[in-house]
Amino acid sequence: MFGFLARRILYMIPTLFLVSIVTFAIIQLPPGDYLDTLAADMGEAGSDNNAAIEALRLQYGLGEPMYVQYGKWMSGILLHGNFGLSFEKNRPVTDLIWDRLGWTFLISLLTLAFIWLTALPIGIYSAVKKYSAGDYIATFFGFIGLAIPNFLLALVMMYVAFRYFGQSVGGLVSPQYLDAPWTWAKFGNLLEHIWMPIFVIGTSGAAALIRIMRANLLDELYRPYVVTARAKGMSEFQLLLRYPVRVALNPFISTIGWILPTLVSGEIIVSVVMNLPTTGPMLLRALLVQDMYLAGSLILIVSVLTVVGTLISDLLLAWIDPRIRYQ
Amino acid sequence: MMPLTPMHTDSPEPLLRIRGLKTHFFTADGVVKAVDGVDLDVQQSRTTCILGESGCGKSIMARSILRIVDAPGRIVDGSIIYRAADGRTVDLAAMSPTSKAIREIRGSDISMIFQEPMSSLGPIQKIGKQISETILLHRKMSKAEAKEAAIEMLDRVGIPNPAKRYESYPFELSGGMRQRAMIAMALSCQPRMLIADEPTTALDVTTQAQILDLIADLKEEFDMSVMLITHDLGVVAEVAEDVAVMYMGKVVERGDVYSVFENPKHPYTQALLESVPRIGGVRKARLPAIKGMVPHPLARPSGCSFRTRCERYMPGICDKTEPVLTQEGSSEVACFLYSSELANVR
Repeated sequence: MFGFLARRILYMIPTLFLVSIVTFAIIQLPPGDYLDTLAADMGEAGSDNNAAIEALRLQYGLGEPMYVQYGKWMSGILLHGNFGLSFEKNRPVTDLIWDRLGWTFLISLLTLAFIWLTALPIGIYSAVKKYSAGDYIATFFGFIGLAIPNFLLALVMMYVAFRYFGQSVGGLVSPQYLDAPWTWAKFGNLLEHIWMPIFVIGTSGAAALIRIMRANLLDELYRPYVVTARAKGMSEFQLLLRYPVRVALNPFISTIGWILPTLVSGEIIVSVVMNLPTTGPMLLRALLVQDMYLAGSLILIVSVLTVVGTLISDLLLAWIDPRIRYQ
Repeated sequence: MMPLTPMHTDSPEPLLRIRGLKTHFFTADGVVKAVDGVDLDVQQSRTTCILGESGCGKSIMARSILRIVDAPGRIVDGSIIYRAADGRTVDLAAMSPTSKAIREIRGSDISMIFQEPMSSLGPIQKIGKQISETILLHRKMSKAEAKEAAIEMLDRVGIPNPAKRYESYPFELSGGMRQRAMIAMALSCQPRMLIADEPTTALDVTTQAQILDLIADLKEEFDMSVMLITHDLGVVAEVAEDVAVMYMGKVVERGDVYSVFENPKHPYTQALLESVPRIGGVRKARLPAIKGMVPHPLARPSGCSFRTRCERYMPGICDKTEPVLTQEGSSEVACFLYSSELANVR
């Protein structure tokens, strides 16, 4: 088990190295840089500041070859925890992102919990009561959940919340709490708001997982070992949870690996629509104005989280399935 | 139904008395009569072999006893009278398959082992856990006591280093070891009857013999009845005390093994025994085979279901009505060749 863990963590190093290179290449891909955007803005304003722009270019090392820039950026991160400067805000990236990363992480985790808590029981029910009315209803809503784009669902829910429940629309707390210190009232207000993005982001994932769980469990339900458990005198519920569900859980857990990145990326549009203080809108803005270190840092951190998520799902898998552990 | 005389006068009350059992499968294509009127007795402390080709309904009959037939199959008629240790009798066929009453019999009074030791054990649970779990289901014990009992059982079925094997997973054991573990699990609550559904079919020949010996030993030790389902005549000859031959969902001949093997009466039994090669026997050009194929379960012949393949088919008799099991000498047979009323017809 320890060897397995050590090996997996070792494998992460080249993966992360590759991720950082690709990230850096991607943010360099669009022609021009932030200073071009700045110059264009200045030109529109009617001033000509070529000398000032050149000075800035030199200061940030933007004229240097890519590998030098990459080297500077990476060594800053690894040695000093310095992710560079946000050009637009003119502040270190680290000052800007942690707050938003925290919210992103919280919402993603809660969404994952929501997906699991809905998909597991509904998926089991759907498989055990195959072709029953309940199964058809679950399937129907499952496909609807898959088919409706998240942002549309967000818009509809915001409309309903505003029109019929008089709730303030957008954000995670009502406007009067925005800059207020944390109190129980603010926390309560947060709870009133936060379920909506969780529901919106989680529905499609939950719908997909219901289908996966149903298919997996149907594969296992008629295996000989289930008959053996029944012949031992176990009750149906007990044997269901102890044998076929345990085996069917495997692909369920490995989905954490792919669900984490979709949560983070699928969340961008929803966050813009619902005005959430997460990384999504910030990343979008940074990409638009070519604020490269901010965009690069966000992509890098989200990628690292994804790799770590995959590791966690692998460890969980090894924990519940000895066949994986012993290979 | 005509009254049946018990096979053994020394134990008049069988442990299990099956009468007119019908287990049908209601499929989209029609009703498959997998078990269609089985009469069978399992005597206390004896080994009864159920012999028949694939698809003759022997496995479904066995599963009907424990009420573990999967949908869309269900018992539509008949009774399975089980005589409990205190002498009371219950009709298993009348119980609900999910009731507490039948669950208390499964694994405790009657337990079962299956053909595929590879897939009959939970794949990701420790072997020992699966055994002690069975004990805890039926016996009032602490977990530690159950574990001890499970290790003792593993030892008893000949698994080396049982305390270590308790912690093993099924994929770490060979097929023979897994079948031993299955047997340990089935016998962990000292059942009064063991149903073994082709327990050696998936194993190689040397392991087969070991497993059969083990079952025979344990049968003596625990003084239990064994119902062994097989299509292997060699297995029957080795372990059986009583034999029931099944064809298309019915018992066509039954009796003690000597009567049936030395003096087979039903044409099907005779044909089966003739198809076995004999060491040292006169070498024939070809082994005789039973002509034709088992009819499709949805297209059963009228009258006797074996008549389409029978060497001694009597037109006008065998296709009219179904023969019933009747005492004929020391065994019982369902065939018109032995019906006294038909003597007048001929």
